[in-house]
Amino acid sequence: MSGLVRLTVNGCAVEMPDGSSVAAAVATVTPHFRRSVRGESRAPLCGMGVCFECRLRIDGVAHQRACMIPARNGMQVQTDD
Amino acid sequence: MTEHYDVLVVGAGPAGLATAQAAAGHGARVGVIDAQPRPGGQVWRHDVRQASPHAARHAFAALARVEWLARHSVVGAETQVLRVEHPDGVRLLGYGALVLATGARELMLPFPGWTLPGVSGAGGLQALAKQGWPVAGKRVLVSGTGPLLLAAAATLRAHGAHLLGIHEQAPTAAVHAFARQMLHWPARAVQAISLRTRLAGVAYRCGSFVRRANGDDRLQSVDIEGPDGAQQVECDLLATGYGLVPNVELAQLLGCALAAHDTHPHVQVDALSRTSVAGIHAAGELCGIGGLAAARIEGAIAGHMAAGDLTAASALLPARARARRFAGLLSTHFALDPRLRTLATPQTTICRCEDVTLGELGGYTDARDAKLATRCGMGACQGRICGSALAELGRFPRSGPRPPLFPARLATLAEASPPLSD
Repeated sequence: MSGLVRLTVNGCAVEMPDGSSVAAAVATVTPHFRRSVRGESRAPLCGMGVCFECRLRIDGVAHQRACMIPARNGMQVQTDD
Repeated sequence: MTEHYDVLVVGAGPAGLATAQAAAGHGARVGVIDAQPRPGGQVWRHDVRQASPHAARHAFAALARVEWLARHSVVGAETQVLRVEHPDGVRLLGYGALVLATGARELMLPFPGWTLPGVSGAGGLQALAKQGWPVAGKRVLVSGTGPLLLAAAATLRAHGAHLLGIHEQAPTAAVHAFARQMLHWPARAVQAISLRTRLAGVAYRCGSFVRRANGDDRLQSVDIEGPDGAQQVECDLLATGYGLVPNVELAQLLGCALAAHDTHPHVQVDALSRTSVAGIHAAGELCGIGGLAAARIEGAIAGHMAAGDLTAASALLPARARARRFAGLLSTHFALDPRLRTLATPQTTICRCEDVTLGELGGYTDARDAKLATRCGMGACQGRICGSALAELGRFPRSGPRPPLFPARLATLAEASPPLSD
């Protein structure tokens, strides 16, 4: 419970407390999560899996909701930037 | 293959957990599913820094007696079976009785700049912070309405946020009238006093709301409207929430009748948690926003009913009635200022998934027509954000859900259904 997990966000190494979300890990690196259809920068709105503004690519799989997924060791997270 | 449960519970917040505990106490085989990785729902969401409240820990312990299925999302419903997606595939879950405890989401009202990174829900930022979102040292302004703002602010402060103020849209007179009512609810009054103590030194301004968020590609400041006029405040994060909207989509898909006299419909139930569909019960916020106490009592009622114990369920009716009366106070005293419905300009994005502005929606009086012509509500959130906002703005009610309830993998939808007969 009190351990740390290590992952990368856009290639940057990040250390987070165990139990953190991928969204939290991303926020330590960049405020931008995805580009909207008109190219605007977006970030989480609802924090609970409803709004889909936090979606990004995790280990090559697109459209993952970062706020709903626990950060895990070795994850490679990529935002839309 | 279909797995079968005597009682299947959708949602592991306070209502769903109380259901599971009550139903398991009767010896039923109980399954509890939730889309989140941990139990607790929103109010008891796991915090990486702070221990859960005693009541939450007690409720989590009850999961040892049931089958707890984390990260399972319902995407569709067939006869007595739910189609459920999880990280490793799909499951078909059959049930004797079904209890819906899908809770609520935050009501987000559009205003210029609300799509900027740095602007989030009040409960939204609270949830994010609990799961490690960095707020320490950040200048955070909290705005919106209701006691949830205090709870969110207290969490944010505990995580090191520098709170610039709490801006409650309800006028001072309404908030004071609410506070006087609290004298009749000692346990609630103690909670409120405890929250205010944890927020000592933080300004709480009534009759005040955020009119606009400013910034190029992230939030830099907000324009605030208050009793003393307008002002601009520089900040890093804005947490704004205008109350809660019941999550009725699954109930609707299952054919449960909704009570639609309010702007945001809720599931119609009797006092014993029965929906209009035989064998399907509902408990907590999706039956109308009632708060934590009502959710726990209704969850227990639904659990007893789903396990066939009318006597145990009936014993809880007086407690339910009292908890629901408190909820009535909230909607009376924190009614929304009509000006909040006029903040969005024709250029303001309403549908964040498809970038549809308010101006583009002019002339449409029906959600389906607007969707066909503009793609409003057609994106990944399926209108959960813009549909509720447009209903609140008085434009048109949200259209009914169609499966899949959430975007799903093709393999999830392709998994064969069970045969209809044995």
